[in-house]
Amino acid sequence: MQKMRVRNHQVVLNRSVGGDAGIFTFLIIMGAFMFLPMIYVWLQAFKPLDELWMFPPKFYVVRPTTKNFADLFTLLSDSWVPFSRYIFNTVLITAAGTFGNLVLSSLAAYAVSKIPFPGRKGVFWIIQRSLMFTSTVTAIANFLTLSKLGLMDNPLAIIIPAWGSTMGLYLMKQFMDSSISDAVLESARLDGCSEFRTFWTIAMPMVKPAWLTLIIYSFQGLWNTGASAYIYSEQWKTLNYAITQITAGGIARAGASAAGSVIMMIVPILVFVVSQSNIIETMASSGMKD
Amino acid sequence: MDERNNNVENDVLVDEQVNENVEKADLHREGIVEDNTPVENTPAKPKKKKAIARKDMTLAQWTWHEMKRNKVAYLMILPFMLVFLLFTVFPVGLSLVLSFTNFNMLSFSWDMFVGIDNYLRLFFEDDIFLLACKNTLVFAMITGPVSYILSFLVAWFINELPPRVRAVVTLIFYAPSISGAVYTIWGVLFSNDSYGWVNGTLMDLGFIDSPILWFYDENYAMPLCIVVALWMSLGTAFLSFIAGLQTIDKSLFEAAAVDGIKNRWQELWYITLPMMKPQLMFGAVMAITSSFGFGGVVTALCGFPSVNYSCHTIMHCLDDYGSQRWEVGYASAIAFVLFLIMIGANTLVNKMLSKVGQ
Repeated sequence: MQKMRVRNHQVVLNRSVGGDAGIFTFLIIMGAFMFLPMIYVWLQAFKPLDELWMFPPKFYVVRPTTKNFADLFTLLSDSWVPFSRYIFNTVLITAAGTFGNLVLSSLAAYAVSKIPFPGRKGVFWIIQRSLMFTSTVTAIANFLTLSKLGLMDNPLAIIIPAWGSTMGLYLMKQFMDSSISDAVLESARLDGCSEFRTFWTIAMPMVKPAWLTLIIYSFQGLWNTGASAYIYSEQWKTLNYAITQITAGGIARAGASAAGSVIMMIVPILVFVVSQSNIIETMASSGMKD
Repeated sequence: MDERNNNVENDVLVDEQVNENVEKADLHREGIVEDNTPVENTPAKPKKKKAIARKDMTLAQWTWHEMKRNKVAYLMILPFMLVFLLFTVFPVGLSLVLSFTNFNMLSFSWDMFVGIDNYLRLFFEDDIFLLACKNTLVFAMITGPVSYILSFLVAWFINELPPRVRAVVTLIFYAPSISGAVYTIWGVLFSNDSYGWVNGTLMDLGFIDSPILWFYDENYAMPLCIVVALWMSLGTAFLSFIAGLQTIDKSLFEAAAVDGIKNRWQELWYITLPMMKPQLMFGAVMAITSSFGFGGVVTALCGFPSVNYSCHTIMHCLDDYGSQRWEVGYASAIAFVLFLIMIGANTLVNKMLSKVGQ
């Protein structure tokens, strides 16, 4: 048997120096490919108009300005619906949609993953298949359903369908399958814990990384909701829609357009950063329990 | 488990006919009831007063009994299933029916069922659809596997970094896919006039005399779209890989090191990948849906339709017929062909994943 390296009473895993160096190089190259265009968006947002249309174009910004953001807000406040209304709509849709999707799909995923009820294979089979269906042609049927329910021109027309997002359920089910042992649940049930309590106090904390991933996934999808076929009054339009309208205004608005992209990306990134730090916390604490 | 079940109940059962019934029911049960039925179903001690033996019941009775026992499960899936049936199953079912008609939203004409005419038209008359199929396959066969492997490799590589560093690196890799319409920056970088950064720099350095049309040039459009797709590809699958890697029990790796795993690649193949199978399956679904359904980004960057249909994918055909010409019947047929292709791809990937770690 080979010799083990031990540090702080823990086995140090086999890692070659060459492999580490190769991985490091790979990550740096990939990181640059990922990061440079993102940085360019930020730089564009702070470029004055003459720098945006300069030849030869420069990657970096010479005289940074916040005029683009000011322009964007002036343009937004010119519309007859107050700017704050667009923000309210988007926040409402995103929060309600994400929360509902999280609750409904976690509950269903728990039942499908951990309770052997007759028909669960069928339920999961159909959900798995539905993941592969593109939503373009379902719009007509949804239009009929939503108008029958009286939900046309109502934010619920976006929120409620988001609750039934199968991707969230599939994600939760996969995580519950792998990281919750049946023995733990069984002992909770034997102790007289109701199924709902077992779900909430035992299963959910064990799959925290999964539902944080689900929140991020659902959040960024809903946050970027643009024009919808089901909503036609201006007072229910979203922030993304408003910004798209402004930035469609042509060359003179290139700066405002870049500023809009930056504003739209800040919130999902913040949500991600907060969730991410939570994921790491969970990992640290669950490691100690062992 | 079944064997023990038999032993226990054979003591109780005397009646021949019941026995026969049960054997039949057992055969049925093979396919219908879960194989990991928990132990509590089987009465551990037959002398206990309300021990309900599986063998005393017909299949229907058994199912009903199980349904009653697990009725809370139905309560749990009910809210989700309501929304799911209403907004997914019903629309998909309706469009399956519509794909056999020539339903058109504009004229609202509903002549009749045309059988498989739509499908025949797709494969034998619609040249653009066939071209789109080819483009979609080329596109998906490059971006799908590459993005999948890339997501996993990056997640795996950064997993060993210290937590703070890992958080920053994750953000750098994940940011492009979370930031909405930020991919339009590629349109700015590769703009077709001399103000675009790439054209401007190349001209300034004297490599080219006149701007290249990048996204509006048949030769460059497709490769560039693939690059953009890869740039955006470290998405939810990537995130679930990271989360999945962190839920693996660390002591497994130490045990493996003791057992003689020599390097990280062996560790990857024999421990990490098998432990990650559920996440790998999820990632495959994400990779398939995003690489086959990659249409909006192409439209934003190359216009619709793209030059000489060089980037025309099945999604574009679908948009074309579904929301521009409103030939809903035909569009539904396109959607189903795409649906079947994607299911096929997923089955293939799952077959391959089942070989992992062997």
